[in-house]
Amino acid sequence: MKKISILSLITGLLIIIQFACSKSIIEHTENLPALNQTNIDMEAGSWKTVLLSRPDTFAVATPAATNTSGYIGELNEIKGLQQNLTEGQKAVVKYWSAGTVLRWNEIMRGLVAKHNLPPYQAEDGTYPIPNAANPFNYPQFPFSNPPYAARAYAYISAAQYDALVAAWHYKKIYNRAAPYKVDSTLKANLLVPQSNLPSYPSEDAVVAGVTAEMMKLLFPTEIAFIEQKAAEAEQARLMAGANVRSDIAAGEILGRSVAQVFIARAKTDGAGKAGGTAVDWSKFETDCIAKNETPWYTFESPKRPPMLPLYGKVKAFLFDSATCASLRPGPPPSTGSEEMKKETEEIYNYVKNPSREQIRIVHFWADGAGTSTPAGHWNAIAADDFLKKDYSEIRWARNLALLNMSLMDAAIVCWNTKYYYFNPRPSQMNPAIKTLTGIPNFPSYISGHSTFSGAAAEVLSHIVPERASDYNAMAQEASNSRMYGGIHHRSDCQAGLTVGKKIGAYAVAKAMADGAE
Amino acid sequence: MKNNLQRRVLLCLLIISLAFSYSKLFAQTEHDAIMLNKAQWCNGFSYMNSKWTDYWEGSYKRNNDNIGSVSTQSVMYMTNYGISDKLNVLAGLPYVWTSASKGTLHGMKGLQDASLFLKWKPITIRSAKEKFSLFAVAGVSTPVSNYVIDFLPLSIGLGSTNVSGRLLADYQKGIFFTTISGAYVRRSNVKLDRDAYYTTELHNTTEVKMPDMALYNFSVGIRKKYLVAEALLNNMTTLGGFDIRKNDMPFPSNRMNSTSVGVHAKYTLPRFTHIELTGEADYVLSGRNVGRATSYGAGLYYIFSLHPNKSSK
Repeated sequence: MKKISILSLITGLLIIIQFACSKSIIEHTENLPALNQTNIDMEAGSWKTVLLSRPDTFAVATPAATNTSGYIGELNEIKGLQQNLTEGQKAVVKYWSAGTVLRWNEIMRGLVAKHNLPPYQAEDGTYPIPNAANPFNYPQFPFSNPPYAARAYAYISAAQYDALVAAWHYKKIYNRAAPYKVDSTLKANLLVPQSNLPSYPSEDAVVAGVTAEMMKLLFPTEIAFIEQKAAEAEQARLMAGANVRSDIAAGEILGRSVAQVFIARAKTDGAGKAGGTAVDWSKFETDCIAKNETPWYTFESPKRPPMLPLYGKVKAFLFDSATCASLRPGPPPSTGSEEMKKETEEIYNYVKNPSREQIRIVHFWADGAGTSTPAGHWNAIAADDFLKKDYSEIRWARNLALLNMSLMDAAIVCWNTKYYYFNPRPSQMNPAIKTLTGIPNFPSYISGHSTFSGAAAEVLSHIVPERASDYNAMAQEASNSRMYGGIHHRSDCQAGLTVGKKIGAYAVAKAMADGAE
Repeated sequence: MKNNLQRRVLLCLLIISLAFSYSKLFAQTEHDAIMLNKAQWCNGFSYMNSKWTDYWEGSYKRNNDNIGSVSTQSVMYMTNYGISDKLNVLAGLPYVWTSASKGTLHGMKGLQDASLFLKWKPITIRSAKEKFSLFAVAGVSTPVSNYVIDFLPLSIGLGSTNVSGRLLADYQKGIFFTTISGAYVRRSNVKLDRDAYYTTELHNTTEVKMPDMALYNFSVGIRKKYLVAEALLNNMTTLGGFDIRKNDMPFPSNRMNSTSVGVHAKYTLPRFTHIELTGEADYVLSGRNVGRATSYGAGLYYIFSLHPNKSSK
């Protein structure tokens, strides 16, 4: 009977412990404090833009003075809103107050993950291609694979940055005080930290407007969702007492206008043709055979055409096409060489009996289907560090633009190299190599993860120098993860990291010349 | 005499090959109405093989040439002790290994989840030819190794620590019986090797909320002195979770449901009543976010009697 009691007691306790443990999860950026900009970067209106020829390319009308009846009416709107704020509305204010560039970056990562699924084959074994002209049809447009995603992050970040430079230009000229500087009641009820930044036009509305407009091109099935988020972000600023309606309205129009410049570029940057044709696909193979090399083939069944084979011709942000070609590294070891045999053997040894730690590294960096991709992962890493810096919104946007332009250009040079050499994966060289993550559907040399990570580590080391050794260690680990996973040779990874760093250096040069440092 | 034994062994093997079982989750007998007597101690091993080619992506049934057939095999040590005639304790520990017949994905292997169940029979109503019993079963299971959970369908388990409660009713008339039971399984959150994942939205955390589950089992069969044989209908329903999206990979917190039918038999060797053989087979009829698995298994157990004054049977 004693035994029974003890066993019952143990079981009972375990049950109680289990049920007492709440399942609720606090996510990484769920309870962030409000962004408290230590430096408002008042001179940022003169920072060098990416595409805009001048910060005043788009005019912003002179705002009404803060003593006019129209403005006082706008203050009363805020007071009215603040009288009946629900807990839900306060939560919305709190969410956006962590930083509008940060939140849009997170939303963007979510959309990339959502749309990052390879299309399912048709009955006849062919694969349907997402169609921008009919985006809701399966497979929905886009399939935000790593190159597509890198480009999307770059366009959004660069457009946000240029729009904010224009906004800062007008903020300085018009120098309209924030509503809480004008009205003591609003000062008492303010839901976000005070700042000396002029509030017209609203930076939050600029970012909402420019992002919503870019999304029409990049994620057309998400327009309704994005517009609702944009309206929410703007409403949050009103409810917080940080902007009046005319700050918001002017900001949104400015943002949407700046977006058009980026949309015009995106439509002609070559990405639309990156999928290539059946003629292109077979030419890679015959060219490779002509060089006496074993060509890459897809591991997918039914046979899937290679991912975006002409992406290497997309127009880069940081350099021209001649530079792109010059950045392409020399060839990998010949597929028939003793050296390649050794490299394949090395990968076989990694996957034969992988350690738990190796699998952890593979999965931490896998960033495959259904994720925000390697570019999104590096955005998350960057955002974590930027959060500690209390950057102004424009500096947030500038730093992410530098990072994301380097990631897009890394994708371009990497894809250019992959299809230039059309080199096989380790499992093709030795079918006994079983992989710890899915084999990406494109040639092996050079490793995309390594190129992305090399570029990101280079740019971030410049922006947050005290973390340089950590970024380089992370990039090395991300690169190694592809060997541990059995999907890349060592030469793919080493060349990828080196090329990535060179690409990052272009972004660093831009950073040193843009007036922000 | 020898012939007789051979016939029995053959019969036994036949039963095993026909037989079935359910429970990949609790590959043991926490859901049957069989109790050990006080001080009886049963020890043994069972082998289980489960294989599927078709699977359900949400409610869409498909196959996938990039994985072919996925096999999960396990060898489980199981022990069961009669604390009293009305209270048994069961424990198990499986070693599991997986493989895919096509594509390049690496199989996984390792010790999976240790489980412990207390099985209590508080109520028994008997008449001359009929018997009705009511059981309550409480259990816990938890991973004993740091196995990879985020590599479905080749992961060896889902990684959660579970507690479960089951109510079971059993009715026997002559040699015929029927058993019905239902269990609620509370599952703990699990942690991934990555720090962001998408379900129906992006989550920036390593932690995954695992929905609880309900399990239902119904069986009819015969119980004789040396043989118990039954046919089962099993259902597993995940109380929440999300569907695998088109052409996506499965995820630990998917809404995994299945309904299966099976057979199960337990045979005690008449000449060596310390030895029990079990056999089982199971076939998934319908499901959601799971493979359409066909499983079979067999077990060999030895029963000791630790009570000096009682025979083992």
